[in-house]
Amino acid sequence: MGLETKPLSTLHDKASYDVADFPVPTGREEEWRFTPLSRLKGLHTGAAASGGVAVQVDAAPEAVVETVGRDDQRLGRAYVPADRVSAQAYAAFEKAVVVTVPREAVASKPTVITVTGTGEGAAYGHTLVKLEPMAEAVVVLEHQGSAVYADNVEFVVGEGATLKVVSLQDWADDAVHVSHHHALLGKDATFRSFVVTLGGDLVRLSPSVSYEGPGGDADLTGLYFVDAGQHLEHRLLVDHSTPNCRSNVVYKGALQGEDAHAVWIGDVIIRVEAEGTDTYELNRNLLLTDGARADSVPNLEILTGEVAGAGHASASGRLDDEHIFYLQARGIPFEDARRLVIRGFFAQLLEKIELDELRERVFAKVEAELEK
Amino acid sequence: MSDSSRVRPGSTLEIRDLQVAVEDKEILRGVNLTVRAGETHAIMGPNGSGKSTLAYAIAGHPKYTVTGGQVLLDGADLLDMSVDERARAGLFLAMQYPVEVPGVSVSNFLRSAVTSVRGEAPKLREFAKDLKAGMDALSIDAAFAQRNLNEGFSGGEKKRHEILQLELLKPKIAVLDETDSGLDVDALRVVSEGINRFRSSGETGVLLITHYTRILRYVKPDFVHVFAGGRIVEQGGPELADKLEAEGYESYTKATA
Repeated sequence: MGLETKPLSTLHDKASYDVADFPVPTGREEEWRFTPLSRLKGLHTGAAASGGVAVQVDAAPEAVVETVGRDDQRLGRAYVPADRVSAQAYAAFEKAVVVTVPREAVASKPTVITVTGTGEGAAYGHTLVKLEPMAEAVVVLEHQGSAVYADNVEFVVGEGATLKVVSLQDWADDAVHVSHHHALLGKDATFRSFVVTLGGDLVRLSPSVSYEGPGGDADLTGLYFVDAGQHLEHRLLVDHSTPNCRSNVVYKGALQGEDAHAVWIGDVIIRVEAEGTDTYELNRNLLLTDGARADSVPNLEILTGEVAGAGHASASGRLDDEHIFYLQARGIPFEDARRLVIRGFFAQLLEKIELDELRERVFAKVEAELEK
Repeated sequence: MSDSSRVRPGSTLEIRDLQVAVEDKEILRGVNLTVRAGETHAIMGPNGSGKSTLAYAIAGHPKYTVTGGQVLLDGADLLDMSVDERARAGLFLAMQYPVEVPGVSVSNFLRSAVTSVRGEAPKLREFAKDLKAGMDALSIDAAFAQRNLNEGFSGGEKKRHEILQLELLKPKIAVLDETDSGLDVDALRVVSEGINRFRSSGETGVLLITHYTRILRYVKPDFVHVFAGGRIVEQGGPELADKLEAEGYESYTKATA
């Protein structure tokens, strides 16, 4: 399994299972230039695994959960690592979790995979969630505790299946997490991803989507709240290589405190054969204090003339004085007005979380961030 | 009625020699005006005369720098207060261009505002009843309460919503900044009725800023002031509005140019 290159696009040009195919990043590479490598705690230089996470699965009764070894033939089929840390994670994980939802099964409750850092050093993981044709399921990935963790998560969404994923990064303050989420969508498959990143010293999460047949529909939503000193990075890649698929990416974040740093990269490729593609990506950052920084880079590479829609937008700014003035002019104290406006900024995103309990929890966490 | 404590007979707004600048440009050049409870004062003037500056400076918009003078509400200087303190002290500004605030629903906003101004959360059932009555009176559709604040509202809806707030918050002094602009006759009538309901207690003062005399046929002023070049250049009774209607502002703008 050597190096695959896709020269047609500059956005996703390298994929390999072999760590050696990726030089150790120096920070000058386009895909690493925003990431503070010194804070990766060796994830990019091959830190030895010392089993620093515990993984627990609470599955829907309709789902089959297995813990498998490296040699399981189902692993790594949907996704080939696209950078050094991802390849490192693929080379170093010992056990993988495989969740399978059988054909036409409708999961009666969410399957919750909880990854808890134990603070004992570097760890590597692999997860495969496979929905067979026409299956429907909700999967929640929860990350908590103190860890130095790199992993790859494969979502294989079969023909006509619907997978909704919520990934919550609620790490302890010193955690480092580098993760790839790849969704491979079959014909007429539906994928909904909701990423919430709040905790951790450094989180670099790269959700990507590719399509196997027409009619695939991906909706990627993200919410992050960056506090002083945190580096929270989200790198989206949607690769449209089949006709008549849809993708919609909306990520919103708020930043407060000295050296709070958010990075959002939104790459969309529409290849020559992907006629009738409909895609939109949006990133918005709310800078609540001085000293915070948001880098936002949308890249749209269109290689066909026949698209149904393609657009992107990116904006980073402060709280609007006029919003605050209006609320204050109605007697609402500044702090309350600020909270209302920030809550409003996230409200439309939060409504997309269909699980009431989870939405309330995320909402409460965002509120708690605001109280800091 | 409920909440009589907020409306005290005898409230007075005194604007004394108010001078205001925007980015070092002097806009208001010494405004003197006293509005007592039970009185309605119309401020009329051409565009650019500083009428809106007066409204926003009293409310405390950060863009406006007060360079001199006082604004006293029952003796307390509003200029020493934050924007929200002024509102809680009993001042209300109906905005000419209410901003859209994404993700904040009208009902959530109104409940927050009423809670802040009254100093305690209203009883839910009572609030719902007041809100419904207020909306009915202004011919506002019930679904409106669930919409985002001013988002996608028509000009008329925005102004009705301002008056709804006026009626719910029951301030001592209301400053209405061109509430009539952009309204068709039906909306103007509905909005004017709201203003008249508000002032019917006789315990509140109204400062009504307008470019046109049209609204004064529905909301009869006790006093009319002509604003030009950043100050009041003429004062009179309602008959002054008729004169402006007939002659326009030309004589005033020439005088101050």
